[in-house]
Amino acid sequence: MCGIVGLFIKNPDLKNSLGRHLSEMLIGMSQRGPDSTGFAIYRGNGLDDSIKLTLFNGLSPAGWDGLAAELEIAVGVSVSLEIRSSHAMVTAQCTVDDILEWLTRHHPEIRVVGYGHCIEIYKEMGLPADVVGRFGLADMSGSHAIGHTRMATESAVTTEHSHPFIAASDICLVHNGSLSNHNRLRRRLQAHGMSFETDNDSEVAARYVAYRIAEGASLREALEAALKDLDGFYTFAVGTRDGFAVVRDGIACKPAVMAETDDWVAMASEYRSLAYLPGADKAKVWEPEPAVVYSWGREQTE
Amino acid sequence: MTVIDLSKTSIRDLNQRLHDLNGADRTNEWRITNPNGEHAIAAGLNAPINVQIDGPVGYYCGGMNKEAMITINGHCGWGVGENIMSGFIRVKGNASESVGASGVGGLIVIEGDASSRCGISMKGVDIVVTGSVGHMSAFLAQKGHLVVCGDVGPDLGASIYETVIYVQGEVGRLGADCIEKEMTPEHRENLTRLLRQAEVDADPARFRRYGSARKLYHFNVDHADAY
Repeated sequence: MCGIVGLFIKNPDLKNSLGRHLSEMLIGMSQRGPDSTGFAIYRGNGLDDSIKLTLFNGLSPAGWDGLAAELEIAVGVSVSLEIRSSHAMVTAQCTVDDILEWLTRHHPEIRVVGYGHCIEIYKEMGLPADVVGRFGLADMSGSHAIGHTRMATESAVTTEHSHPFIAASDICLVHNGSLSNHNRLRRRLQAHGMSFETDNDSEVAARYVAYRIAEGASLREALEAALKDLDGFYTFAVGTRDGFAVVRDGIACKPAVMAETDDWVAMASEYRSLAYLPGADKAKVWEPEPAVVYSWGREQTE
Repeated sequence: MTVIDLSKTSIRDLNQRLHDLNGADRTNEWRITNPNGEHAIAAGLNAPINVQIDGPVGYYCGGMNKEAMITINGHCGWGVGENIMSGFIRVKGNASESVGASGVGGLIVIEGDASSRCGISMKGVDIVVTGSVGHMSAFLAQKGHLVVCGDVGPDLGASIYETVIYVQGEVGRLGADCIEKEMTPEHRENLTRLLRQAEVDADPARFRRYGSARKLYHFNVDHADAY
């Protein structure tokens, strides 16, 4: 069992309280996922040239000393680094690949948990209330976010095995369920040059989406293809630069409930995580249909 | 009337207070406020009491109910009235999956839509839904009645035994071994009684009946195509 949540802000006045609401939503999913907690929050309009990478260094809590300076020399532009608990967020005006290549060569111990123009991903072992506190989620603002509370069934409980999994630039995935053909699919994706950080089945789903998008598919097309190629139980929430998407397996084995008001659109595994959103009692509440891709983004609301 | 505010009282304390009445024969009134989607509210009751819940509830609300009359003024999560033995549950909102799963007796009324697997493995409970139900409803249903005033999703009554299903709206692809059957005067009378008990205003003449073709009770290789 796991819990997943997503929140998209329609009323700009609420952007400052995105973190506080997502925090409450994640805490609402504590019973579904007490092992680990993670979230992806989208901040900034993504229109300027700067890129963001969220890094995790499992070996040394103080391992960030000097990293920004080393990176600046390597990529030749100014690099800022902001530490949040066990993670560090790097911002620079270069390409993601410039930094990824350098990190792989010089700091293989550093894990890149998120990258893109807007996305920041923070994930750790621990109860939702502890983890969101460590990262200071309640004080974060942004346009939208997705999150996950994990009760591991398929693989180890570590930070790396926690969700969200980055799929491509600004695209990440959280999963409630279990995939039964993930080993074969992983081998297939590896044969196409994809690399994996863990043996987690949900990471395979994220890499699968990334693979389809790299092949030219839209997010919707990638998720529709996933419905055919992924065998097992799943409700996925996928965060993108513009919003988020939700899809459930063909017989809707795993729960999902959606709610919408004039101010926000939200999804959660259970209503408990929606109950405390402002105006939830007046929201339109419904269950997403099996094997249907739902998505919300700036285009629909502006 | 006893009022319990779930923002101040735990589910465990609430249910213990309700369970303390189990076996009693007197009626009394309970009102539960601020349920906020929590699970197992008013589960395991065994007394002829009236319980009104003001707001949305989570999973298994009224599960295993005996005798109690439970009204939910809001939506409900998975398995409302699962394994209900007797009594009455009314949901004034939509219901999520598996309404009345494995229910043995009593009546559940959903004044809205119910999601997938409504009445899964029902064993004698009567379920009346004023709206529509989702896919795989009445899966493995053994006894009792499922009445749907709206539409039904795909795979209705897959591997059904002796539950009788009445549907007014559109029916999607039927499940394995589920067929449409003749609506006899006896069935219309039966449906009229169910609608009256549920206090649902609908014309019994507009419903069709579905039930088991009884081909899959025992495995028979000649019927392998029916699975």
